[in-house]
Amino acid sequence: MMRRIFAIAGAELRIALRNRWILIATSLMVLFSLALTFSGSAPTGALGVDLLTVSVASMTTLSVYLVPLLALLMSFDAIAGEVERGALALVLTYPVSRGELLVGKLVSHLVVLSLAVFLGFGIAGLAAWLAGGASGESLAALLRLCWSAVVLGASFLAIGYALSSVARSSSAAAGLAIGVWILFVVLYDLGLLGALVYDGGGFFTRKLFPLLLAANPADAFRIFNLSGAGKVALASGLAGATTGLPTWAVLISMFGWPLAVLALARLALKRVEP
Amino acid sequence: MAAAAESKGDMLDVRNVVKRQGTRETVKDVSLSLRAGERLALLGHNGAGKTTLIRMILGLTRIDGGSISVFGNRPGDGKARRITSYLPESVVFHKSLSGLEQLALFARLAGQPVDECMPLLERVGLSDAAHRRVGTYSKGMRQRLGLAQVLLGRPRLALLDEPTSGLDPISRHDFYGIVDDMAAQGTAVLVSSHALTELEARTDRIAILRAGRLVAMDSLENLRRRAGLPIQIRVKAAEGHAAEVAGSLGGNRMNGCRVELSCLADQKMARLKAITALGDAVADVDVVPPSLEDLYRYYAAGEAGS
Repeated sequence: MMRRIFAIAGAELRIALRNRWILIATSLMVLFSLALTFSGSAPTGALGVDLLTVSVASMTTLSVYLVPLLALLMSFDAIAGEVERGALALVLTYPVSRGELLVGKLVSHLVVLSLAVFLGFGIAGLAAWLAGGASGESLAALLRLCWSAVVLGASFLAIGYALSSVARSSSAAAGLAIGVWILFVVLYDLGLLGALVYDGGGFFTRKLFPLLLAANPADAFRIFNLSGAGKVALASGLAGATTGLPTWAVLISMFGWPLAVLALARLALKRVEP
Repeated sequence: MAAAAESKGDMLDVRNVVKRQGTRETVKDVSLSLRAGERLALLGHNGAGKTTLIRMILGLTRIDGGSISVFGNRPGDGKARRITSYLPESVVFHKSLSGLEQLALFARLAGQPVDECMPLLERVGLSDAAHRRVGTYSKGMRQRLGLAQVLLGRPRLALLDEPTSGLDPISRHDFYGIVDDMAAQGTAVLVSSHALTELEARTDRIAILRAGRLVAMDSLENLRRRAGLPIQIRVKAAEGHAAEVAGSLGGNRMNGCRVELSCLADQKMARLKAITALGDAVADVDVVPPSLEDLYRYYAAGEAGS
C-alpha cells in the first residue's frame, strides 16, 4: 500500500516541480509575507511588541486568504482533470485503490504547501527578526503559524478533491472551488458580522457566535493563531472577540475539517465513473 | 457453435451482458469468451458498444445485466486487475513526465520491478525517447508508450481499445507482431477496431458488434462461408476471343478483352471448369474472394438474417 501511495505522491511532486507549481506557490508566499512584514511594521512601538510578533499577526491574516486559495488551486483538477484526460480510467485498471490514489495526491500537495508556507513565513520571519528583533515567544508564534497553515491547507485540499470528484468537468470544478473559497473566507464572516449587528449583544453574540466562528476552518485558524499567543492577540486586536471560546472547539474544527472532508472526498470518488 | 464457454481455460467469460444508458441499451445480451493465448478482434462502428464492453470487463463501469468473469474473478477486483492490462483508445499521459518515469509509475502501481521498464521501452521502439517528456511525443509514440504499459508484468488478459488508430502501416505491423508474441506467451488478447484490415483478420476469431448486439463471432473463414458473398472471377480473353468468351460464360464484358463473372463459393469449381474448357481463348484468370471490407459491411450493416 505504502509503495503505491509513494509512487503516486512521487510522480505528482515531479509534475508540480515541472509545472512550476512549487516555484509559484513558494514565491507567492515569500513575496506577500515580506511585503506584509515591512508594511505592517508601524505599530511595534505603540504596542510594545517586537516586529516578528506584528509580522505573525499580519501573516495570519494573509494565510486565511492565500492558503485556502493555493490549496484549492492545487486540488480542484486532481480528479476531474484526470477523468477528462482518460488517465483515471487507466490508473484504476491497476491494482491501486481509490483511497490510495487520494492519499498519494494529498501527500504530494501537502509537501508543496509545506514548502511554500515554511519557506515563505520562514524567510519573512527571519527578515523581521533581523530588522526588528524577536523573542522566544514570537518565534513560537511563527512556528505555530507555519504548521497550522499547513493544517488549514489540508482542509481546503480535501474540499478541492471532493469538489473535483463531484464536478462533471475540470472547468466546473474550478468554478465550484472559487465559490467555496469566497464562501469560506469572505461571505461566511460577512454573514456572521451581519448577524452580530442585528442581534445587538444578545444570546447569539454571547453563545452562538464564537462557536459558529470556530466552525469555519479558516476562522478557527485565525483564532488559533491570533488569540493563542497573548502578544499576537494584542497586535491583532482580536483579543476580545473570542473570549469564552474553549480552545478544544478551535482544535476540533482545525483537525476535524480535513479528516471529515477527506472521508467525504473518498465517498465522492467512489461514485466517479472514470 | 464452438464458442460456448465450457472449457476451463477461459481467461474471460462474458455472459448475456447488458448495459443501459438511461432507457437505451448500449450493450445488448452480449456473450463471448476468450481462452489463454487466443486473439479476438472486436469490430464495430463508432458507438457500437466496443468501448463500453471493454470498460465493463475492466470494472470501470457497472454491468446492468448478465455476468463477467475474469479468470474466475469479478471485474475490477484486486485479482482481476493484477492479471489484466488495458490500452485506452486515446492515451493521455501526463505531459510533464518522461516516458520512462510514466512507465515506472505504472510498474510501481502494478507491483513490478522498475528495471523492467527500459527493456519494454526498447521493445516498443521508444528507447531513444525514454528520457524525453511525453509532451514532446507524437501520437504514435504515445500509443507505443501505452503498449509498453500493457506489456508490464506479462498480463494474462490484455484489452486493447482501438490500438492502431493513430499508427502508420509499419507501426501497425510491429504492433500486431507484439500482439502475436503476447498470445504466444499465453496472454488472451482482445483488440477492438472500427475497421477490418488484413491485420485484424490475422486474429484467431472476429466478433462483430452492431448497435450493442453481437451479430457475428467466428473465424474469418467461417464468417466468409456464412456470409455467402459472391466470388468475383476475372477472365482475360485472348486477342480476338472476347466476344466468344463473354458469350459462352455470360457475365459482364468490361472492355476489349476482359469479362467479369460472379458466383457463390460452391459454384466456383464448376465455373472454373467452364473457363478452362474454352482452352486457348482464355489468356488469364483471377479469382477474387469477397474483400474484408465487403464482409465487414455485410455483418455490420445487418444483412445477416439473424
